[in-house]
Amino acid sequence: MTVDAVLDTAAGVCLIAGALLSLAAGIALVRFPDVLSRMHAAAKPQVLGLLLVLLGCALRLRTGVDITTLVLVGMFQLATAPVAAHMVGRAAYPHDDIRRDLLLTDELAGRLDRVRANRAGAAETPSSVGAPGRDAQPPA
Amino acid sequence: MTVVAVIVTVLLTVAGGLTLLRIIRGPSILDRAVATDVLLAVAVAAIATEAAYSRDATALPVLVVLAVVGFVGSVSVARFAARKDPK
Repeated sequence: MTVDAVLDTAAGVCLIAGALLSLAAGIALVRFPDVLSRMHAAAKPQVLGLLLVLLGCALRLRTGVDITTLVLVGMFQLATAPVAAHMVGRAAYPHDDIRRDLLLTDELAGRLDRVRANRAGAAETPSSVGAPGRDAQPPA
Repeated sequence: MTVVAVIVTVLLTVAGGLTLLRIIRGPSILDRAVATDVLLAVAVAAIATEAAYSRDATALPVLVVLAVVGFVGSVSVARFAARKDPK
């Protein structure tokens, strides 16, 4: 086998492995029960799957400029994917539709009241003004 | 290499279809944001596979742009969803 054939085979293996990770994320997105576990599954093609596909692409293209571009893509993806995951997780946490029984540890549980109070206070400040007259109920 | 391209195309198509299913069904808007990120990753993988199959580097700048600005959608959706009061 020549060097070209070996590199092409390695590129094919990397591409298939990356596509398999994407498929695993697709299946997990359909089957997993709540937002946090779906985020866990979503990180697989975003980081490892994408890096495998880019490695396969670099093994196949094999020129300096293209490899530099692919390294740039990988670096930008590694820098931006955690930002999006952090923001989504922060927005998802205090809601009721995440499965608390599936969490192994919940480090914010002791402060949940404060989180909810902050969130509710920020949401209800404009609307809490317009409810007078509720105390005019006569005692039975 | 054609066999690899066919296999990767089938895998990515199924993955994209399942992700679209979650975008359609997803109970909250955050589920849809997460699934949209996965769909973007699948699209990036598909473009990179096409570039690898045809040995053509024309589409690689598209990958750079997608990797740079792809997270803006999720972040803005998360900022929007965080303003809503909990149930």
